[in-house]
Amino acid sequence: MQSDVTSFASLAPAYPELLMAVGAVVVLLLALFWKNVRPGVIAVVAIVLLLATLAVLVLQPASGVLFNGIVIVDGFARYMKALVLGAAAATVMISLSNSKEHGIDKFEYSVLVLLATLGMMIMVSANDLMSLYIGLELQSLALYVVAAMKREDPRAAEAGIKYFVLGALSSGMLLYGASLVYGFTGTTQLDQIVAAITLETRSIGLIFGMVFLLAGIAFKISAVPFHMWTPDVYEGAPTPVTAFFAAAPKVAAMALFIRVTTVSFGPITKDWQQIVIFLSIASMVLASFAAIGQDNLKRLLAYSSIGHVGFALVGLSAGTAVGVEGVAVYMAIYVAMTVGIFACVLALRTEDGRPVETITALAGLAQRKPFVAAIIAILMFSLIGLPPLAGFFAKWQVFLAAVEQNLFVLAVIGVLASAVSAFYYLRIIKVMYFDEPVAKFAAVPGELTAVMAGVGFLIVTYFFTVARPLTDAAHAAAGSLF
Amino acid sequence: MLAATGIGIGHYLAVGAILFTLGVFGIFLNRKNIIVILMSVELILLAVNINFVAFSAQLGDLAGQIFALLILTVAAAEAAIGLAILVIFYRNRGTIAVEDVNQLKG
Repeated sequence: MQSDVTSFASLAPAYPELLMAVGAVVVLLLALFWKNVRPGVIAVVAIVLLLATLAVLVLQPASGVLFNGIVIVDGFARYMKALVLGAAAATVMISLSNSKEHGIDKFEYSVLVLLATLGMMIMVSANDLMSLYIGLELQSLALYVVAAMKREDPRAAEAGIKYFVLGALSSGMLLYGASLVYGFTGTTQLDQIVAAITLETRSIGLIFGMVFLLAGIAFKISAVPFHMWTPDVYEGAPTPVTAFFAAAPKVAAMALFIRVTTVSFGPITKDWQQIVIFLSIASMVLASFAAIGQDNLKRLLAYSSIGHVGFALVGLSAGTAVGVEGVAVYMAIYVAMTVGIFACVLALRTEDGRPVETITALAGLAQRKPFVAAIIAILMFSLIGLPPLAGFFAKWQVFLAAVEQNLFVLAVIGVLASAVSAFYYLRIIKVMYFDEPVAKFAAVPGELTAVMAGVGFLIVTYFFTVARPLTDAAHAAAGSLF
Repeated sequence: MLAATGIGIGHYLAVGAILFTLGVFGIFLNRKNIIVILMSVELILLAVNINFVAFSAQLGDLAGQIFALLILTVAAAEAAIGLAILVIFYRNRGTIAVEDVNQLKG
C-alpha cells in the first residue's frame, strides 16, 4: 500500500476538513489575541467559516479515498456533510441574540462548535474503524464541554455529567465491538471488512462485535433502548446548545450508522436488519407515549427527536438504496424542522427576559405573538406528518421503502405511532390558540424571525420548491453506497 | 508466538471480556461516587486494549496495536474532561455522590 499523499492537489476531497481544522485553530487564536473582542463577533466569524466550508464542499465536489484508505469522500459523505454544516451554522446563528441569558456568551462556545463539527465531518467520511473512533471522540469531547458550558447552573452541570458518563460508556461499547470485528475479520478498514464476511462463514464473534458496534452508535443517535440520556441532557443544557445537539450530531451519527451497516455488513444484512427494526419500533412507540405527559418543552422535543430517529430508521430497515435515500431526505427535513422549532423556543421570552420553557407558559401565544404561534403550528403539523407539509413527504418515503421490502408490520406500527404522537403535538397548538393568555412576551429578534419565516416557507412549499432537488441529491448520495 | 507459552487468544479474550463486564457493572451498580464511574470507564477502555493487542499479535497485523495507542491517547483526554465536568458539578452541588445526580427527571 503506497502513500497517496503526494501533492496538495491530491488532497482535494479533504479540502473542507482541512479548511475547518485550520479555521477552528485560527478562530481560537483570534479570540485569544484580539483584546476585548465580544464573543458575538467570534460567533459571526464561526458562522462565516462554517458557510465557507459548506461552499467549498458544494462548489468543489471531489471524490476519492485518502490517507491510505482511512477516509472516503463520496456522494453520500458530501450530502451528509452539507447537512451537518448547514445545521451547525443555523444553530449558531439562532443563538446569537440570546447567548447571554443562556450563559454561552463565551468565545470558547464557537470554537468548540467548530471542533465538534470537524469531528462530525470526519465521522461522516470515516472508512476505517480508527478514523470513525477519532471523529466520534472529537465530536463527543467537544459536546460534553458544551453541555456543561453554563458553569453556574447546577442543571447544566448535571446534564454534562450524564452526557459524559453515558457517552463514555457508549464509546466503550463501540470500541469493544470494533475490537471483535477487527479480530474476526483481520482488518479495520470498513470496505475491506465486507470482503472478509460471507453469509456462510460469519462467526458468532463477528455478530457479537457488530451488535456492540451498532449499540455504541445507537447511543449517539439516541435510539431506544439507548436513549435515556437524551431527555435529561436536552432539558439541562442551555437551549441553544440543545438545538445544536438535536440537529448536527444526529445527522452525523445517522450517517455513520448507515455507512457501517450498508458498507461493512452488507453481506449479513439479514442480521443487522433485525436490530434496526427493533431499534426503530422501540424508538417510535416509546417516544410517542413518553412525550404525552411532558410539560417541559425541551424534554418534549427530546422525545420528539427520539421518535424521529425511529421513523428515519424505518428507511434503513429496508436495507436498500431506496431506503437510504429516504433516510437522507428524512434527515434533511428533520434538521430544518429542528432548527425552526428551536428558533421559536429561543424567540419566546417573558417581558423580564426569562426564557419560556414550559408548554403551559405558551397559553394564548396566538393572541400575543400570532406570527410565532403560526410558525409553531406549521412545524407541529409537519412533525406529525400531515400533507402537504414537508414532514409528510419525509415519512412517506421511508414507509414506502419499508413496504417495498414487505415490512408491513413495521410500516403499520410506524403509522400508528405517528398517530399517537399527534396527540402531544396538537396539545401545543391547542394551548397556544384556545387557552387564555397569561404571560406577556418580549419582542422577537430580527434574525430569529428570518429563520422562522425561512423554515416555515420551505416546509409549506416543500413539494413545489425543494422536493425535486433534495430527492435528486439524496438519490445520488444513496447510489454511492450501493 | 502466543501458543508457545500455552496461553492462546481465548485466554486474552476472556480477560478482556471479564474486565469489560466489570466496567459496565461498575457504572450501573455503583451508587456511591462518580469517581468510581470514571474508573469503570477506564477499565472498559483497557479491556478493549487487551482485545486489540491480543488480536494484533494473533493476526500478525500492526493495525490493532496502533488502534490501542489511539485509544490510550483519547482515554487521557476523556478523563481530563470528565474530571473537569465533575469539578463544575461539585462547585454547584457540594457533592459527587451518584444518588445526588437527580435534578433532571420525568
